[in-house]
Amino acid sequence: MHMAHILTSGMGGIRTAGDLVAWMQITRKMKLDEAKKHVAGKLGLAISDLINEEVMRPIREELGIGVITSITGTAKGVRAKLKIARLLGIRINSVELFKSQIG
Amino acid sequence: MRGKIRTRMGDGELVFMSAGEIKEDILAGTSDAACNANIPELTSDDQDRLFGILSEPTRTVSVVPGNEVIVTDDGCSMSFYSGQDGGGVGVSLSRMQAILIYERACAADTISMGHSDYSFKPVKPIINFELNDYYNTSMMTTAPFFYGAQPNMGLYFQPDGPYQNPADLLPKGNIKAAQEAQEAAAEHLRKDLVFVGKKLNSVGCEGLNFDTCGSAGDADFLAALEAAADLTEAAPNMPVIMGGSGEFVLGMHGEVSFDGKRLAGMYPHDQAKVAESAGARIYGVAVGTNTNQSLAWNIARAVTFVKKTATTAAIPIHANVGMGVGGVPMMEAPPIDSVTRASKSMVEIGKADGL
Repeated sequence: MHMAHILTSGMGGIRTAGDLVAWMQITRKMKLDEAKKHVAGKLGLAISDLINEEVMRPIREELGIGVITSITGTAKGVRAKLKIARLLGIRINSVELFKSQIG
Repeated sequence: MRGKIRTRMGDGELVFMSAGEIKEDILAGTSDAACNANIPELTSDDQDRLFGILSEPTRTVSVVPGNEVIVTDDGCSMSFYSGQDGGGVGVSLSRMQAILIYERACAADTISMGHSDYSFKPVKPIINFELNDYYNTSMMTTAPFFYGAQPNMGLYFQPDGPYQNPADLLPKGNIKAAQEAQEAAAEHLRKDLVFVGKKLNSVGCEGLNFDTCGSAGDADFLAALEAAADLTEAAPNMPVIMGGSGEFVLGMHGEVSFDGKRLAGMYPHDQAKVAESAGARIYGVAVGTNTNQSLAWNIARAVTFVKKTATTAAIPIHANVGMGVGGVPMMEAPPIDSVTRASKSMVEIGKADGL
């Protein structure tokens, strides 16, 4: 059932920019349109590009913010979130903990 | 069946209805919501649009490109490894494996984990085990990763908990005793929610989901609101999101309030406002599905509540669209024809910020 919602209405997660828009909703309480606008602005893209795999796939790899496929040596997990926090200008709790641990 | 539209009842039964019957049910559903909550009905344009979604002959439907929303979940990855009573398909996976599959193979916008019981009370004695799994998994995940559970104040009443059960006291007319029992249970619950929340914050929790708030009534809802406020102050970098348990808050106590507003009988647009006051970052609107009514009636009714809430709340509003809520049929395996129609309707007519 979740898959039906993801395919019907979802933004595509780390396949596109769904995770980035979601970060803005939970860290800044941004409504959907504002969150999309913020992310598009930070990426230098049109809002319509946020769900376009053709655009987002190479950008995610270039920025090191995690891509959907497993590419050896590229950032994923907390290392990608570190860059996402910097890109979007937000504080992510797990990233703050990680930063405190690596000194 | 010539001239009839293939659709469903609220229990998932396949039925064929005429266009006129569906339009009548759309009007009846939105009128029911509007009358109950004193909010506007769907406009005639909205009703026409909903009819278009419901009468679309394809098996599934989807939103127009550009209208996509954030899809959060309530422990979806648990469905990969749990059993039938959790809606699970019983695949032998660890929690981390299930979560990573949901993120990377299913392309979920957010991900989550929770205890199998999915209530906060049983989490407390095993909190260190939960912290360990959360922390290890959070190092691997990229999308926002929630820990979720239900306040579920019912577990604090006898025979499961220490307090007298209001369901025993109220039929005897012991209203004062029932209220006092709920107040004590709510304070206990609040402390447990804050305890678990602070522990999760200590391992870098990216978001805490108070799911199905108010399932035991207004005092249950109050405990969640107060805990959200406590955690917003104590752990400001850990977002708290809240979801309701129904379209109005049951007045099991009847007289508790938050931020000067009585909680009993509160409808979603007001629920979202008190959640916002408590510091919640997202509020999830839950509207129960009536199994005796059609999909058209149920979606029209649920979308009416969601539209009012989404267009008046200052925080993001997500529509709950699981089994038996948000117009989705109440059954173990909701048909995807109905699920996708509820999904699209919530986004394009209800103006939800997410699901």
